[in-house]
Amino acid sequence: MEEKQTRKPFPTHILVFLAPAAIIYTLFMVYPLLDSLRLSFFTIGEQNQEIFVGIQNYITLFTDTNYAPRFLGALKNNLAFFAIHMVVQNSIALLLAALLASGIRGSSIYRSVLFLPTVLSVVIIGFIWQLILNPLWGVSESILEAVSLGHLFQPWLGLPETALITVSLISVWQFVGIPMILFFAALIGIPEELLEAARVDGASGWQTFWRIKFPLILPAVGIVAILTFVGNFNAFDLIYTMKGANAGPDFATDIMGTLFYRTFFGQQLQLGNPTMGATVAAMMFLIILTGVLLYIFLWQRRIQEIEM
Amino acid sequence: MRKHIMLIMFVTLALLLVSCGTPATPEATEAPEVPDEVAPEPGEEVTLTIESWRNDDLTIWEDTIIPAFEAQHPNIKVVFAPTAPAEYNGVLNTKLEGGTAGDLITCRPFDTSLGLFDQGHLASLNDLAGMDNFSDVAKSAWITDDSSDVFCVPMASVIHGFFYNADAFSELGLEEPTTRDEFFAVADAIKADGSYDAIGMGTADQWEAATMGFQNVGPNYWLGEEGRLGLIAGTEQYTDQQYVDTWAELASWAEYMPSGFEAIKYPDAQSLFTLGRSAIYPTGSWEISVFEDQADFEMGIFPPPVESAGDTCFISDHTDIALGMNTASENADAAKIFLEWMTTAEFAEMYSNSLPGFFTLSNHDISLDNPLAQEFMSWRGDCEETIRNSYQILSRGEPNLENELWRVSAAVINGTLTPEEAAQEIQDGLDSWYAP
Repeated sequence: MEEKQTRKPFPTHILVFLAPAAIIYTLFMVYPLLDSLRLSFFTIGEQNQEIFVGIQNYITLFTDTNYAPRFLGALKNNLAFFAIHMVVQNSIALLLAALLASGIRGSSIYRSVLFLPTVLSVVIIGFIWQLILNPLWGVSESILEAVSLGHLFQPWLGLPETALITVSLISVWQFVGIPMILFFAALIGIPEELLEAARVDGASGWQTFWRIKFPLILPAVGIVAILTFVGNFNAFDLIYTMKGANAGPDFATDIMGTLFYRTFFGQQLQLGNPTMGATVAAMMFLIILTGVLLYIFLWQRRIQEIEM
Repeated sequence: MRKHIMLIMFVTLALLLVSCGTPATPEATEAPEVPDEVAPEPGEEVTLTIESWRNDDLTIWEDTIIPAFEAQHPNIKVVFAPTAPAEYNGVLNTKLEGGTAGDLITCRPFDTSLGLFDQGHLASLNDLAGMDNFSDVAKSAWITDDSSDVFCVPMASVIHGFFYNADAFSELGLEEPTTRDEFFAVADAIKADGSYDAIGMGTADQWEAATMGFQNVGPNYWLGEEGRLGLIAGTEQYTDQQYVDTWAELASWAEYMPSGFEAIKYPDAQSLFTLGRSAIYPTGSWEISVFEDQADFEMGIFPPPVESAGDTCFISDHTDIALGMNTASENADAAKIFLEWMTTAEFAEMYSNSLPGFFTLSNHDISLDNPLAQEFMSWRGDCEETIRNSYQILSRGEPNLENELWRVSAAVINGTLTPEEAAQEIQDGLDSWYAP
């Protein structure tokens, strides 16, 4: 019909297809995020009006004798929380994925079972583990006693030295299924010819895994790392469920999410402070943004070079 | 052809956006549609709505309290309309801002309600004759800082104390302790026997340590109101000996508590007591109905022990709930009649009997059917009353005093802070924002 096209018409249909997602995303993600960042530069005055204070809230967060120890404490705990996930969760996930991909019998059953905790509600996870570890009615003490290790039992969730590690390990138990599935999908995607060639060349299973399979699933490793990072710095629900917004004992399990919740919404007699809460949220955003940018510019680029 | 497709797509998109937008419109127009109610003629029937967070009490209000009131005031109908406790403050604020809140507002203690009064949502009740039936301590939670305006009728308080397993006590030949020495002698005896945990409390939720520990036994150390007002006035400090001693007593509880108490939560501790595994449980009167439901042994209570026999005893009789009037109410006269009725002995007795463990704050001499509740209330005659020392004024700033008390009290019992360190941290926190 329209044969004489001297230049390409403006691709209006692209805009139309993008519009619903772009509008919804802007309305419910970008705008609230920007507004929250804006709020962190204000304080609430006597008459409920917003007063611009520049970076005063950030100075308070970093230097105030009340806020700074809480912020640094939460940051430190959050880093530990992340480290435990990286080391424990992701190596166990890699091991499990390797075992599942090696085609052991009943691997699809194992896969479902290991993934199961991930789909459970975090409230149920918190409740179950608190019961298991409960010093009064929990089974963990009797299990330890059954193997003559009863003296090792401690109220782990209640001690400042062990509470964070315990909560982290519970979170690892819950989420180990996700990196496992990602690693598994990457592992079974490796072309059979490569592995066959390795076998013909006389490579052992160990060598095959570390020299061939692992380099080939590096993109998945990167994705798992960044998902863990983002997930951990946004974490909140499990700790809130098990230790409350005060993240006891003595703030031992306080991470960025619980600090934000307490600051923004308040707790018991403490009134919420929306502007300081927004400041904490902005710091969480900055930390996550830094991590993601590092991932994109340092890791992903390198991976692309390898792939080429 | 292509143009048609584009057109259809645009129309669809437009429709989609419009349909997303529509639900907002009827909502916005809904409020003005409500017809302006004409002020009631005398004799005309009016309906009062009560906003509350006590949805647990719905049946008590509907079956007992409201029928009793309506029998005397046939022209006034009352509707009890509770919201979930955690959502109450938010929902109420929204309703008040939007002008759709009920005529009577259930008041949280202290700053939450004071804020509503300052914003003009709660009416001053200075001219309510029945307010004389309440003591100053009772009114302290719903009064302006300068005591010039009182804005809610106090309804109920909870009293702190110790529950004990009376069967266990008679089995071991023990008596209710009245002094601290006797208390620890009793605890030692229970511990030596070994069949019960002496003090069945945990610290995992942190607030038990502060509310059921510190604020429970503390008034005997800081002499009740004298100490509480001293802290507000700045004549006393948390680093003073009486406060350090309170924490020192809490620290000494640890050896009598169940093993692993650091990870024992409030419901665990409740079950530990009602299952008959712990002998003494420091808590408050609100447990009466729960415990009587669950425990199949004889229970007793005793007030926080004093230092030496014959000393004046102090109890925490904490103001918890009250009722105020919405300034925007169109039935102000009827609402005042209801509030006036709430100051009578009849209401006081009915309320306290329906909810054993929640005690009227009025000075009326009422009789209670529940023996434990009766005993709790009898302490008011024997001891001086006070309220939790962190609730009035001192929890307005950051760090929040109440939260900090939770944290350090739990840490003191856990042994991770000494009483002196706890006192210093609390006072430093308070000094950082509060000037008497």
